Amino acid sequence: MVAVLLILIPLLSGLASFFIKEDRTVKGWSLFSSVITLLAVLYAIFNPQQLSYDAAWLPTLGARFSVSLDGMGKMLCLLTAISLPVIFVSTFKNTYQKASAFYALMLLTQAGLMGVFLATDILLFYFFWELALIPVYFLCSIWGGEKRIAVTFKFFIYTFVGSLLMLAGIIYLYFQTTGGSFALKSLYALHLSVKEQNILFWLFFIAFAIKMPVFPFHTWQPDTYEQSPTAVTMILSGVMVKMGIFAVIRWLIPIFPLAADHFRDIVIIISIIGMIYASLIAIKQDDIKRLIAYSSIAHIGLMNAAIFAHHQIGLEGVMIQMFNHGVNVIGLWIVADVIEQQLGTRKFSQLGGLAQKAPILAILLVVMSLANIALPLTNSFVGEFLMFNGLFQYNAWMAAVAGVSIILAAVYTLNMIQKIFYGNTTEITNHAKDINGNVQLILVVLVVVVIVLGVYPQPMINLTKDSVQIFFANR
Amino acid sequence: MNAIIFSALAGVVMMFSGIFTKNTSIITNVARVALAVLIAVNLLDTYGGWMIAVDTKNLLSFNKFGFFFNTILFVATFLFFVLSGRDIEKVGSYTAEYYALIFFSLCGIAVLTSFNNLLMMFLGVEIMSIPLYILTGADKKNLKSNEASLKYFLMGSFSTGIMLMGITLVYGATGNFNLPPISSAVTGAVVSDSIIGPLGLLLIFVSLCFKVSAAPFHFWTPDVYDGAPSVFTSFMATIIKAAGFFAFIKLFEERSSDLRVSWKIIMPVIIIATLLAGNITAVFQQSVKRMLAYSSIAQAGFMLFVVYANNNSIGKEGILLYAAAYSLATIGIFAILIRMKDYTFNGYNGLAKKEPFIAAVNTILLLSLAGIPLTAGFFAKYYMLAAAINAGGKSVLWLVVIAVLFAAVSVYYYFRVIQAMYFKEGDAEVENVNNRFKFGLLIIAALIISIGILPSVLLNWFYF
Repeated sequence: MVAVLLILIPLLSGLASFFIKEDRTVKGWSLFSSVITLLAVLYAIFNPQQLSYDAAWLPTLGARFSVSLDGMGKMLCLLTAISLPVIFVSTFKNTYQKASAFYALMLLTQAGLMGVFLATDILLFYFFWELALIPVYFLCSIWGGEKRIAVTFKFFIYTFVGSLLMLAGIIYLYFQTTGGSFALKSLYALHLSVKEQNILFWLFFIAFAIKMPVFPFHTWQPDTYEQSPTAVTMILSGVMVKMGIFAVIRWLIPIFPLAADHFRDIVIIISIIGMIYASLIAIKQDDIKRLIAYSSIAHIGLMNAAIFAHHQIGLEGVMIQMFNHGVNVIGLWIVADVIEQQLGTRKFSQLGGLAQKAPILAILLVVMSLANIALPLTNSFVGEFLMFNGLFQYNAWMAAVAGVSIILAAVYTLNMIQKIFYGNTTEITNHAKDINGNVQLILVVLVVVVIVLGVYPQPMINLTKDSVQIFFANR
Repeated sequence: MNAIIFSALAGVVMMFSGIFTKNTSIITNVARVALAVLIAVNLLDTYGGWMIAVDTKNLLSFNKFGFFFNTILFVATFLFFVLSGRDIEKVGSYTAEYYALIFFSLCGIAVLTSFNNLLMMFLGVEIMSIPLYILTGADKKNLKSNEASLKYFLMGSFSTGIMLMGITLVYGATGNFNLPPISSAVTGAVVSDSIIGPLGLLLIFVSLCFKVSAAPFHFWTPDVYDGAPSVFTSFMATIIKAAGFFAFIKLFEERSSDLRVSWKIIMPVIIIATLLAGNITAVFQQSVKRMLAYSSIAQAGFMLFVVYANNNSIGKEGILLYAAAYSLATIGIFAILIRMKDYTFNGYNGLAKKEPFIAAVNTILLLSLAGIPLTAGFFAKYYMLAAAINAGGKSVLWLVVIAVLFAAVSVYYYFRVIQAMYFKEGDAEVENVNNRFKFGLLIIAALIISIGILPSVLLNWFYF
């Protein structure tokens, strides 16, 4: 029942938020709701029992409302549940027109995300997959930047094309199961011919690859991240891209193992091309948001490659990194938001010398950035090390080429720090103030998480161990 | 039989009501009551209550599927009356006659949902269509309306001629007008060496394609829909089109799976052509009304899947859902469109600020047409695709993939309206919005969402 609550709390409180008139009330209400959700997730994590719920939904179709929490689900639900309060607190001072609708849509997005991570019925999964998309479409289109309408529309069409292809695949799978079922179990038990798998694999993979996004399906991403309001960008890059990674691990590879083997090299190679390509572009960026966006493509590419390399160590790395990447990228966005709110620009060329004015911000950002480069003692180091290890065991050459992206990451990240914080102050940064209050609190918390998980990642590995085992047992 | 008799009677009543009163709102209310009675007697028929029994010598055969289809279309018409009654009154000075013609058209629909004989099908199609020729020209001072009416009439009679030719050929091949032998003409069981039977059926097929505006027989649709008074466009694009599909699936009902090869090639070609013509042209429209005309062609492309799918049970459930989802959503969107001052996309700019409720409902309806989950349109599309895959397996996967890609194209033009309403600045103007109108919209939106979450609510009635 807790599993259902994870969807219901944000869903109902989100619907309720539409009707709250007062801006401050709706902020408090949504923060309250997201904290309750977080508590529910924590309860679920420390509860050793298998948490699942199953009820009839569409008897004529054979679709069931069945949700279940495994280790990977718990970890991603935790990430979702943490990010919402973090986002709400860190952007507490931001004002939005029609705030009630903004917060309501944020909570609805959370409900959709939770559903994606929980569903064990593929039609239900598809439902939530779309449900997470619709509120984001409105969030970006209403509260986004100047070019928001066209950019968000591109994003929507891209992902919608992917989803529809997946839908065609889902319907086909349904007729292959005995008696017609959408359940995860009966899909795992399918024995599809190689030819069928090879076709269906792409129908699903394109949907997931667009969401992640993997090169060459990534073109929507930098524009969307740049134009969205930062609170939404945090959700998009922190949590939503994990939907793609998650879906590959949960649905794609176990259902089409032969096709996954068959196309392994292709997928890993396009992932690595994407990593290098995105890193190179990131070096040329002059905008904090775009830089983080491209760096995110590079990180996701590595995760995707590590999954397809198909080694246990690599997959453990992916599990850890899904969480860590979420934490780190949200931290970076918070800093980007602080700078933009305070100084009104995100361009490096107009910034400089901020360390003199805002030393605390500088320290916290440097830690976050080091985590982005995956330096030892930060959380990403563990994840990336494991992933590279997995990739290396599959093919040393591929790992070597992919490794170049680490160097490139150092180049663009340190470049960003240097341009923002050091050098002489400019006209704009002359009047900058240091961060305080909510933002400082949240960043400190995130930095603590970064370091703790960097030194002691074992809890994360233990949490997701069962999912890793199931993944490999299923071959 | 109830539905046929009562709809004809209701038409006569409406004609005479114009003599007794000139108060149009009374006439509208009489029409609403008459339609409610029609729905009630049809339900009585469905569940074996009171019914008028007439020995039709097997010309008509009644079954639950047909009754249920009647119910869906009558309820859609009822909502149409509730939402757009005022606008029907405004078209011209013959309110009573307009309602009478609509009821006659419904009578044709009732015949179409129960025919068991080709002559009856012909009668049904004609009874349904002739009132529409008049309604299209109802705005008689408007040249566009006149042109549309004439065009519709000419094209309609032409296609009727083709249908009659087809029926004649089928008669020549099989020796009677009854339905089952015709089905075997397609499979080639009876007249395997004769071209006459299949050719006749092909001609009937073409004329029905014309009725449901499937490409390449769709060219009349945008002009007629655009020229006709918007209220009647709403009626034509939804209820009439759905009824046309019923004739389609009834005609090819008992087709066995070993169809002739040529048939299997024709259907995908028509489906793709329809999707292509509807979707691609809709993208370039500047007027929402014209966009909806093309979108109705595109939606017809999806409904054609049920014909392709050999009418399996999934397809049958699906066409019921599709008819309901599509008709409800389109009626609602048209009802809003009619009251807009400006029919272009820009005319919707900023509607969300002025009329948040109407904008929200319009959004739900557009999302349903686009086939987004949580709305009825999703399951409608789902069932169509499922029916096709169930019938063809791996060999139709390519067709399904093409269809979903076109569904993504359709998102483009449906979302343009949403973008105009929510994200663009402007002062969209809606005329006379009262609470009853809003209530009607609320009901439509609630139906769309509840079918979208639990389609079994609707389908369970079917299995009752």
